[in-house]
Amino acid sequence: MVSEDIHSKEGIFRLLSSICDPEIPVVSIEEMGMLRDVIFHEHSCEVIITPTYTGCPAMGIIEDDIIALLKQHGVQEPKVTLVYSPAWTTDWMTETTKQKLRDFGIAAPMHSSCSSWIKPANAHVHCPRCNSKNTKVVSQFGSTACKALYSCNDCKEPFDYFKCH
Amino acid sequence: MTTHNALYKYLLFLGDNGLIQGHRLSELCSNGPILEEDLAMTNLALDHIGRAQAFLKYAGEVEGKGRTEDDLAYKRGEREFYNNLIAELPNGDFACTMARMLIVSSFEYLLFTALCTSKNATIAAIAAKAVKEAKYHFMHSRDWCYRLGKGTEESHRRLQNGFNEFWMFTGELFEMDADFAALANDGIGADLTVLKPQWLTLVQPILADSNIAIPNVDYMQTGSRNGIHTEYLGHILSEMQYLQRAYPDAKW
Ligand SMILES: [Zn+2]
Repeated sequence: MVSEDIHSKEGIFRLLSSICDPEIPVVSIEEMGMLRDVIFHEHSCEVIITPTYTGCPAMGIIEDDIIALLKQHGVQEPKVTLVYSPAWTTDWMTETTKQKLRDFGIAAPMHSSCSSWIKPANAHVHCPRCNSKNTKVVSQFGSTACKALYSCNDCKEPFDYFKCH
Repeated sequence: MTTHNALYKYLLFLGDNGLIQGHRLSELCSNGPILEEDLAMTNLALDHIGRAQAFLKYAGEVEGKGRTEDDLAYKRGEREFYNNLIAELPNGDFACTMARMLIVSSFEYLLFTALCTSKNATIAAIAAKAVKEAKYHFMHSRDWCYRLGKGTEESHRRLQNGFNEFWMFTGELFEMDADFAALANDGIGADLTVLKPQWLTLVQPILADSNIAIPNVDYMQTGSRNGIHTEYLGHILSEMQYLQRAYPDAKW
């Protein structure tokens, strides 16, 4: 077990960087932008997280994982608080995180400005396997709240697209 | 001035719209016309229920009696629900479901846009998340209106029928009562009368492009601001609340 400084925000962040979104096991909650802050109170440690989508069913599991991990490392009275502001956006993902998604087979989100509905964007979603931009949307909704279903017209493979949000 | 009770009731209105619409949509889980739409409807349901959870949790805090979002969802009677009537109506066929989705999601998009600047920080924060989801729902139902409206004679007939069914429930969306007016006046709630022309501007061109005639109705349904509902809400609650009523405080 790696020993981290459990009395500093950086230490807690490093510890929690091992917790992944259960639906996307290659990206941590920190890389997703869900981990917002750590506040130390006199007798407790409060972790602030924000959901991707309001109804994201993974939040309960993530909360349990955070508490279990902190307890395991001797953090007294860990608690998790859910905040909605500022609203989560896929723009918080770094290029490194987006590359991890692609390597896992999920097309990375475009910039949130691409979701303009006044003029439907003609921005291309690239296939995570062959990088072709000749792809088509199969369904605007996918296996989880954060994804849409696409397929590639070149390599013919279906794939998930992480919706920009 | 906004009273405590007015804020509580407003939060129930916001939460119940999500809860009841979400519950209706969840009925399509495994009943969608095609697999992709089955996924879509359940995703839409999930967004609505997530929003309900956030608003009802805050409603419980404002009420100050220690009730959780689950208590408010499962242990209130029909007359204590404040969702718009349109949310509780049966889904009908797929075209009906899409007609309602267009009406509701466009309204929600405008409502949450307005609430993003609410002086109540919690309402503003939840609205900022919900507006993105409502926009996505709107885009999805808009695309289906185009497809069905400009599809076959049959798909057009069904979509027109959907709008005919639901149009008399659109007046209520913009109804204000004394509490809503006080909240709007204090910059906490939205002035729904201002949203009405915006809503028509948003929806009318889509109906026109889908070859759908705006239904001529001379009577608008009303009641939900006072907790008066259609017969359908009772049926939803009898199913949704069954477990907590039969086995009070049962936990997983
Ligand atoms: Zn490809």
